[in-house]
Amino acid sequence: MFGEKRAKEIVQDVLQRCAPQPSEVLLMAEEKALTRFANNYIHQNVAETNVEMIVRLVAGRDQIGSATTNILEPEALDEVVERAKANAQASPSDPDFNGLAKPATYDRVGSYDEKTMEYPPQKRAEAVGVVCRLATEKGLNASGSFSTGGGELVVANSEGVFAYYPQTQADFQTVVMADDASGYAQRSHWRVNTLDVENLGREAIHKAIRGRKPRNIESGEYPVVLDAYATADILEMLSWYGMGALSVFEGRSWMNDRMGEQAMSPLVNICDDGLDDRGIPMPFDFEGVPKQRVDIVRAGIVQGPVYDRYIGGKMGKESTGHALPPTARPLSPLPMNLFMQPGETPTEGLINSTERGLYITRFHYTRLVHPRDCVITGMTRDGVFWIEKSELAYPVKNLRFTQGYVKALADVETLGSETRLLTSEYLPGSMFVPALKLKIFHFTGLTA
Amino acid sequence: MNRALNLAQVQGAGYADVRVVHKRTEALMVKNGVVDNLDFSETIGFGVRVLIDGAWGFASSRVLNPKEVDRITTLAVDIARASEMVRGERAELGPAVTSQGKYQTPIKINPFSIPMEQKLDVLMSADKEMAKVENVRVRRSNLTFIQEKKWLANTEGAFTEQTIYETGGGLVATAVGEGEVQTRSYPTSFGRQQVTAGWEMVDQWDFPGNAFRVAREAAALLAADPCPSDLTTTIILGGDQLALQVHESCGHPIELDRVFGTEAAYAGTSFLTTEKLDTFQYGSPIVNITADSVRPYGLGTFGWDDEGVPAQTTPIVKEGLFVGYLMSRETASRLGKASNGCMRASGWNRIPLIRMTNVSLEPGEWEFDDLIADTNEGIFMETNRSWSIDDKRYNFQFGTEIGHEIKNGKLGRLLRNCTYTGITPEFWNNCDAICNENHWVMWGTPNCGKGQPPQIAHTGHGTAPARFRNVRVGVYK
Repeated sequence: MFGEKRAKEIVQDVLQRCAPQPSEVLLMAEEKALTRFANNYIHQNVAETNVEMIVRLVAGRDQIGSATTNILEPEALDEVVERAKANAQASPSDPDFNGLAKPATYDRVGSYDEKTMEYPPQKRAEAVGVVCRLATEKGLNASGSFSTGGGELVVANSEGVFAYYPQTQADFQTVVMADDASGYAQRSHWRVNTLDVENLGREAIHKAIRGRKPRNIESGEYPVVLDAYATADILEMLSWYGMGALSVFEGRSWMNDRMGEQAMSPLVNICDDGLDDRGIPMPFDFEGVPKQRVDIVRAGIVQGPVYDRYIGGKMGKESTGHALPPTARPLSPLPMNLFMQPGETPTEGLINSTERGLYITRFHYTRLVHPRDCVITGMTRDGVFWIEKSELAYPVKNLRFTQGYVKALADVETLGSETRLLTSEYLPGSMFVPALKLKIFHFTGLTA
Repeated sequence: MNRALNLAQVQGAGYADVRVVHKRTEALMVKNGVVDNLDFSETIGFGVRVLIDGAWGFASSRVLNPKEVDRITTLAVDIARASEMVRGERAELGPAVTSQGKYQTPIKINPFSIPMEQKLDVLMSADKEMAKVENVRVRRSNLTFIQEKKWLANTEGAFTEQTIYETGGGLVATAVGEGEVQTRSYPTSFGRQQVTAGWEMVDQWDFPGNAFRVAREAAALLAADPCPSDLTTTIILGGDQLALQVHESCGHPIELDRVFGTEAAYAGTSFLTTEKLDTFQYGSPIVNITADSVRPYGLGTFGWDDEGVPAQTTPIVKEGLFVGYLMSRETASRLGKASNGCMRASGWNRIPLIRMTNVSLEPGEWEFDDLIADTNEGIFMETNRSWSIDDKRYNFQFGTEIGHEIKNGKLGRLLRNCTYTGITPEFWNNCDAICNENHWVMWGTPNCGKGQPPQIAHTGHGTAPARFRNVRVGVYK
């Protein structure tokens, strides 16, 4: 960790090396550690110290190039600037270049915790050891990971922007397996001490035990109760394939032809809010633009996507503070702090109000089948149960589904009150999601 | 490197290795006539892996100086001691690895020596060709060049130095019509084809010469008939689609760490459990699958893996029988075998994991035209659009960018939104024809995810088109 003062010295030094060309420097530092366990013991245990500096430079009026390094010695900084300059000079003009961000003020957000940053491997091992012991006592097999650490994001440019914020992150996740069943639990937070690892272990163990001796059921359409882990997958896929303005502009978003329309249940409210401390806050994006709260779906009506400066400029909109780093521009902008409004019904109540249907813990290996309806295929995983007469009747074997996710949220019957804050391997940022009850979900295959 | 190894041993490590990696990547993307990304990136650092009383620790840093080497080595030892607090079976590595030597990817033209203007000209020329086609809303073309230098030393006496070059590139045309979006890619989907070679491959791929055809196919798909719904029929898969089929339904389940459950929490396990070795009929008698790290152009081709085990060839499926795994030193020793050199790390800041090298379906005997002529009814599907498989690598569903109906031995009408689904061994046991070496291509998969923290590996898959009977197609909505 550099600290704000040293970080400012580094990025200003690079901006001076770029002068007189307009330029932007993005510095991302990280110190992270992860303890991984399987078969009830720790089998991988790692730590990493790294930085990434991306220099984006403008030649002429609108020729853009960038270069990236993790070496911060003076000669290396000269080299990265020269590379960015050469790339900019080789690039043809981009008439849609919208300039660099202007200076702004940023809200202060709580997202850094010293204990999470300094969490030692012995503490991670102790926590993992508790879950492994509990699983062993029940004759089960626990696996998973416990990660802690954090980093700094610094954005500065020749227009006078300087934005700095430190962030920590902790995540615990476990799959507990019996011979013929498994259970899952996960939580993420920027304060490690808010993660109750033992209880998470108990949650997964309970589901694994309950899932033993699963039965086959026919594929077809059933009402479903989704645990928040499964809801997170729906939100993540809708985000990847349509909540960013670029996908709307290119005509491949599920929002196309649905803007301003009642595409989902009136119960559904989805927003992105980088300042909401129920998530993992982030005050600005990778261009240094302050985060705005964006209503994406309000009462089931599609409101619109999030913007960065480039695509916002092309569409006549202001950036909402959702740019990704310049090297990820083909994906930018994207939501990074998603929230789906919960309801008032506990998960048990969602099950009790279901005459026949399925209770699903989470989805696995979900992939896009077709973009405009966000049709997704994937498998259920780590706990699927048949609901009969408002009770969990028996566990069932995993099923394959092929389902439009917009349609799934159109079929929301009840919002759960139980929420989870989760990070994803694929989506930057975090998601705050509730359990859901859907009227119908389309299963297209069985596990052999 | 010796400083880290010595310190690790002084602090109690029974085994240690250290890797230094210096990677340079050049990435160019042109979209709709403008440069969407033009970046040169460089990353350097080292990682120290230690084994203390059978428990692992690993730490890594970008800072290459003696003080940081000492800090990171001590941290790796500290982490291994923490691993001992929750220990299971003692990790054993089997026979010592003492490899020495240098390896470099054979290249004809160093891609980093080609002027940037020349590279952009290839992409801009292709973009102009795609722009000629109506309804093509998004035109993307890209090139990627990688040079990775890496050094490995271990406490058993190994010291290897390698320079790996990769060249990749591709075109993507996305057509948008009334409520419909269709994409065509070349040479394959998800951005690019990638191989271990130099600039000479860019000339061979001829992006400007293929761009108009690719765009025209994307536009034509808008008006194509949909794939027949919920039908069981014969399919012929093009080589690029079959490469991903091999990757997902053979490559992953033969990773021995998955079999032993150490990937259970993330990617899952495997149906190919150890009692199936040498007894399980994975596919039909014409199915022969090989893992190698020696074939030209393969993204899994190198001199030594990241444990210093030499590159080699391993039979995986022989005349349909399952006969081999991808192994590390630790997992191989549990089976009483020696590692076949499949431990690969995505960079200096990651531990090596068992990864695919080049997992390939060996060529059969058919000419492609004869195969079509021999097929009375079915669908020819090419180029992956979506892929999903369960956590044991058993139940899969794939979608392709394009399909053609086969009727009475001839390719017929164009089909869009093609999907097929199946169960891995049933599918491979229904393979009744594979095209010959004239149609065999080494495909690259530069986006294979595994591990926590995540690692992206680059793997190779040689395939030729093949025919499968009794496959369920048209699982869409």
